[in-house]
Amino acid sequence: MTEKKPRSLLYLDGVSVSFDGFKALNSLSFVVEPGELRAIIGPNGAGKTTMMDIITGKTRPDEGDVFFKGDIDLTKKDEAEIAQLGIGRKFQKPTVFESHTVWDNLELALNRSRGVFATLFYRLTREDKARIEEILSTVRLTARRDDFAADLSHGQKQWLEIGMLLAQEPELLLVDEPVAGMTDAETAETAVLLKEIAKTRSVVVVEHDMGFIRDLGVKVTCLAEGSVLAEGSIDFVSNDAKVIENYLGR
Amino acid sequence: MITSFLVKSLDRTIITAVAILLGLAALVPALNLMTAPDHPLHVPTYLVSLFGKYLTYALLALALDLVWGFCGILSLGHAAFFALGGYAMGMYLMRQIGARGSYGNPLLPDFMVFLNWKELPWFWYGFDMFWFAALMVVLVPGLIAFVFGWFAFRSRVNGVYLSIITQAMTYALLLAFFRNDMGFGGNNGLTDFKDILGFNIQADGTRAALFAASALALAVSLVITSGIVRSKFGKVLVALRDAESRTRFLGYRVEHMKLFAFTVSAMMAGVAGALYVPQVGIINPGEFDPGNSIEVVIWTAVGGRGTLIGPIIGAVLVNGGKSIFTAAFPEFWLFALGGLFVLVTLFLPKGVVGTLQQHLARRRANREAARKNGEAEFAAAEPMAAE
Repeated sequence: MTEKKPRSLLYLDGVSVSFDGFKALNSLSFVVEPGELRAIIGPNGAGKTTMMDIITGKTRPDEGDVFFKGDIDLTKKDEAEIAQLGIGRKFQKPTVFESHTVWDNLELALNRSRGVFATLFYRLTREDKARIEEILSTVRLTARRDDFAADLSHGQKQWLEIGMLLAQEPELLLVDEPVAGMTDAETAETAVLLKEIAKTRSVVVVEHDMGFIRDLGVKVTCLAEGSVLAEGSIDFVSNDAKVIENYLGR
Repeated sequence: MITSFLVKSLDRTIITAVAILLGLAALVPALNLMTAPDHPLHVPTYLVSLFGKYLTYALLALALDLVWGFCGILSLGHAAFFALGGYAMGMYLMRQIGARGSYGNPLLPDFMVFLNWKELPWFWYGFDMFWFAALMVVLVPGLIAFVFGWFAFRSRVNGVYLSIITQAMTYALLLAFFRNDMGFGGNNGLTDFKDILGFNIQADGTRAALFAASALALAVSLVITSGIVRSKFGKVLVALRDAESRTRFLGYRVEHMKLFAFTVSAMMAGVAGALYVPQVGIINPGEFDPGNSIEVVIWTAVGGRGTLIGPIIGAVLVNGGKSIFTAAFPEFWLFALGGLFVLVTLFLPKGVVGTLQQHLARRRANREAARKNGEAEFAAAEPMAAE
């Protein structure tokens, strides 16, 4: 394996994983370029979440290669290391730290050194303070900075989590169903926000909401039964016969 | 760096608690030593030692709270670290007996002479020096906690499974220390202490000094614990308590964080044990009993886990209750303790201090809301007045 497409940010090749005999991923290959915004669609059980688990080190693949920035082998690293390398992940269910304030959630997510002693003697610098304030205004939570995250509405929690991802300053952002349970207005705003974020980094979005995908207007990958079914523009993919049969409507 | 750590650790509650502890450290010995026995304010020596013992229990509960209340590790083996610190102190006290033991052997403690041992085992070397024993008081529990935590947290053992293996750990130590050939006095443990740092351990002055030392140790530990939980590190602890895998995905090495908290906590428990032993005059394997560790959990729960003052108050309340109860109805104490735990879990899940804090916070919030409403009404009334 010397030839590894040095320019791609994320490179998955022939990745397979099975749980108790069920093949969640079946020789999946998938490439994300720097600065790309990519949408992933597919029916339930297609392997979308498993793919994210593999990229973020939660699950180890049975076979196949996963490389980040050309030559960093992600299959040999754990969650914390991968997060520190610059891969952020947003879960389907918003998971913010409920017993911390909005501010503390962002402070914890901030991309600073994360060792025991570094955190023990951490002091909020003027620079960090400015950064947190900037993120607060981006995700429109400035007014609620001192409230506990537990007291936020569902949509606000989603936005706080996006803010935490911004604070992490990842080069690659994996976003799992960001608009599930959001109102139409919130959905449209989220599409704008994600496009904004994708200007400075690569983003992979898993979503069921076809309208939202259309709003994003980006390259789409359709997964089914653990491998790639089709890839291309939304119109191309949604007219693909296999996609229609497997996913969009039988 | 250190100063900012300390400054952050202090808020009004902590300052008050530390001031009370320092006040007690000065006042109680003074009332014990400087007043005549028939003076109304005289504190008898047995009470000084009894409350000194409570303070060491409070320190143990505080140590447990750091890992349980703030980090979600329900250790059911914390009394083991307490007992290990106690044994380290006990070994120093044994060596201070010298030739005054029943067998008059200048080198070997009585139980070794009784077992027909000819020389001091290697692990007893150094314990004739106080500084060495004091070092071991923190190092031995710290090291055992570090090794135990290293394996447990790295393998991601969590929740009830972790609690069970901490019980197994303290039980294994109990069985080990019961054995005569371990060299720690077997079933009888270590006792018949004479001197500590050259002072007679039975003397009123020494007892008063031990009480003051316990209050001081508790005050220092309170400041350190408060510094830890108020730092960013403490916020990470709470974060991983509530959502461990999310914390990992933020790039924190969860196992390192837990390991640090667990080790610091074990060291504090060791100090508590070391202060406990000279005040009660004995340490035996019974201190490793799994039930003891569970009792510590009850004190912490009653006082309020996740608050720093709670475990201190809980330990003093429950043990005070135990002293009174076991004198009045000795056979019912365990039922009372069990009932207390059930009642607290059902009706005061945040403990005494936690419930009180919640109540105060709600009152403050209500007042705030009322004030805001008042302002809003005032603002709304203004334009009308202009009309």
